[in-house]
Amino acid sequence: MELKEDEIAKREEFTRRVEELSGQNIFACYQCGRCSAGCPMVSKMDAIPSMIMRLLQFGDMRVLEKNTCWVCASCYTCDVRCPKGIDIAKVMEALRQIKLRTNINNIDIGKIEGIEELPQIALIANFRKNTG
Amino acid sequence: MEENKEKTIKVYIMGKEHQVPEGLTIMKAIEYAGYKLVRGAGCRAGFCGACATVYRKANEYKLRVALACQTLAEDGMYLTEIPFVPANKAKYELEKIKPSPNIILQYYPEVARCVACNTCTKSCPQDLKVMDYIQAMKRGDIARAAELSFDCVQCGLCAARCPAEIVHYHAAQLARRLYGKYLAKPSPNLEKRIKEIEEGKYDEEIKRLKSMGLEEMKKRYMEQQKNAEKEEA
Amino acid sequence: MDIPYFPGCSLKSNTRYFEDSAREFFAELGINLVELPEWNCCGTVYSLTTDDIMRHIASVRNLVHAQELGKKLGTNKLMTLCAMCYNTLAQVNALARSRPDDLKTANEFIDDLPDYEAQVEVVHALSFLNENVSFEKVAKLAKRKLNGLRVAPYYGCLLVRPEHVKIDDREKPALMPKLFGLLGATVVDFPYSVECCGSYHTVNMKDVVVEKTRTIIGSARENGADAIVLSCPLCEFNLDERQKDVRMKYPGFERMPVFYFTELLALAMGKKINMGAHYVSPENVLKKYGLV
Repeated sequence: MELKEDEIAKREEFTRRVEELSGQNIFACYQCGRCSAGCPMVSKMDAIPSMIMRLLQFGDMRVLEKNTCWVCASCYTCDVRCPKGIDIAKVMEALRQIKLRTNINNIDIGKIEGIEELPQIALIANFRKNTG
Repeated sequence: MEENKEKTIKVYIMGKEHQVPEGLTIMKAIEYAGYKLVRGAGCRAGFCGACATVYRKANEYKLRVALACQTLAEDGMYLTEIPFVPANKAKYELEKIKPSPNIILQYYPEVARCVACNTCTKSCPQDLKVMDYIQAMKRGDIARAAELSFDCVQCGLCAARCPAEIVHYHAAQLARRLYGKYLAKPSPNLEKRIKEIEEGKYDEEIKRLKSMGLEEMKKRYMEQQKNAEKEEA
Repeated sequence: MDIPYFPGCSLKSNTRYFEDSAREFFAELGINLVELPEWNCCGTVYSLTTDDIMRHIASVRNLVHAQELGKKLGTNKLMTLCAMCYNTLAQVNALARSRPDDLKTANEFIDDLPDYEAQVEVVHALSFLNENVSFEKVAKLAKRKLNGLRVAPYYGCLLVRPEHVKIDDREKPALMPKLFGLLGATVVDFPYSVECCGSYHTVNMKDVVVEKTRTIIGSARENGADAIVLSCPLCEFNLDERQKDVRMKYPGFERMPVFYFTELLALAMGKKINMGAHYVSPENVLKKYGLV
């Protein structure tokens, strides 16, 4: 598949932005799959963490349409197991923030079912990750 | 004849330059310049919160806030009034809710988004510890939230500047209502008085006051004032 | 001995029994947890983007309060019980030490408090007991044994990850097993001790937590445990209260009580624990081992 020059520029800018926000070298990933193997939320994701890393290496913005970064629970398992020292948890946070900083929240905090039984710790943590 | 020239200062109201006498409050300065404050003026005594003002001093970058009726206009001030903050008030029935630790978050979930940046405290013209009472709410400490927010005049400046979109003063109102209804110690004198009222102790007196004419009422009021002054002396 | 202590929001409201049992236990060691005179919510989770300083402000404020109290008490330690508070404060502290420019920005922004000098050491109670008291001393001071209570230590994520703030080994943690082993419990090893409980997904993706709880508790039971012991109010909500949701979806699911580690420590010191504060009552299990 041949890409036009402006498409390449857009993709490179996207990957650069993710690297800037996460502070991680996306191109260090050599697709070993350990992050996906250890991820406790992987069964609910429509693209597993190692696939997200591969797509990011191509600057493929379809990663923003996947639910991966929202199903991520910031457990850091991927971070501590990556043999190349990539903090994939930070990459997931970067993807969340790219979306959230366009003023689109991932949840509507006014419409939470069963809010009466939820402890503050859950609400505060959830809003930090799901709202901008 | 000596001309007693009043010293004037320059103020910018919504971007337009005006010369106003020195020594006026911001509110008087705005009115001197010819504006009629319909929404942005109330008690004129620092109590009602209607005259929230955002201003900047000459040669500074900081946006400051104050109540227009309580702050003196200064030379070179750039100012504008915020007559109304359209903040949302949650609907609740005080009789039906309980003062559980989570109750305020249920009606104002955005309180959980507080990042402790302290912008609200810096925006308060009453120098209240706004962030501290929001933190108390997060913690489920309704009594402390009620105590710290007690002198709030609901001017809305905190809500206008909050990055987490919290409506501090409405949430505080809920805290104070819960505190008054469920947590404050009941006053034995209040209960006694309510009983007296229900038993009709004051019915005669009230009936008499209602049927009294305006002249009679004025006469009695002046008499009472005179007696009170005599007692003091 | 006085030590500055950061409780966090949960321990002052819906998980008071975590703090109460901690105070009872530490009193037996002659250690006084001195709550910071002023503090705010730490934020619960550490913000992971490189440019976000605002979301660290809350933790920096707390570290300043700890710094100032520490000066009065002659220590630079700040003790925490809640795993999320520990992790967030420790990560912000690490950032303050490694990025002086960011620290400077934060200090300039917080204009109502002294500057944070990045000298505070954030410690979790388990590390403190291990390094500053010794588990052997705790066992010596214990008033009773835990009578072989079969307990599975659950660490969750934030005590063992990321690497630079972990208090224990991230694959096979040893602190809680050693401590409770010395106190006479039978510590059960199971494969989900460091598996994420689902955390904040309990708000809007409840099913994720239901599945995780079923797996974690199920595995603990399979390996012979009668109870879970942990250190995080969010893990506790997910593993204790959410057992109700697990039973609704899987009617055969057998309940298991969940303890905060300080509750078992208080028990070992001969104190009573607050049974009613638990969702799944620990009474039967404690009776079984003669601990009631």
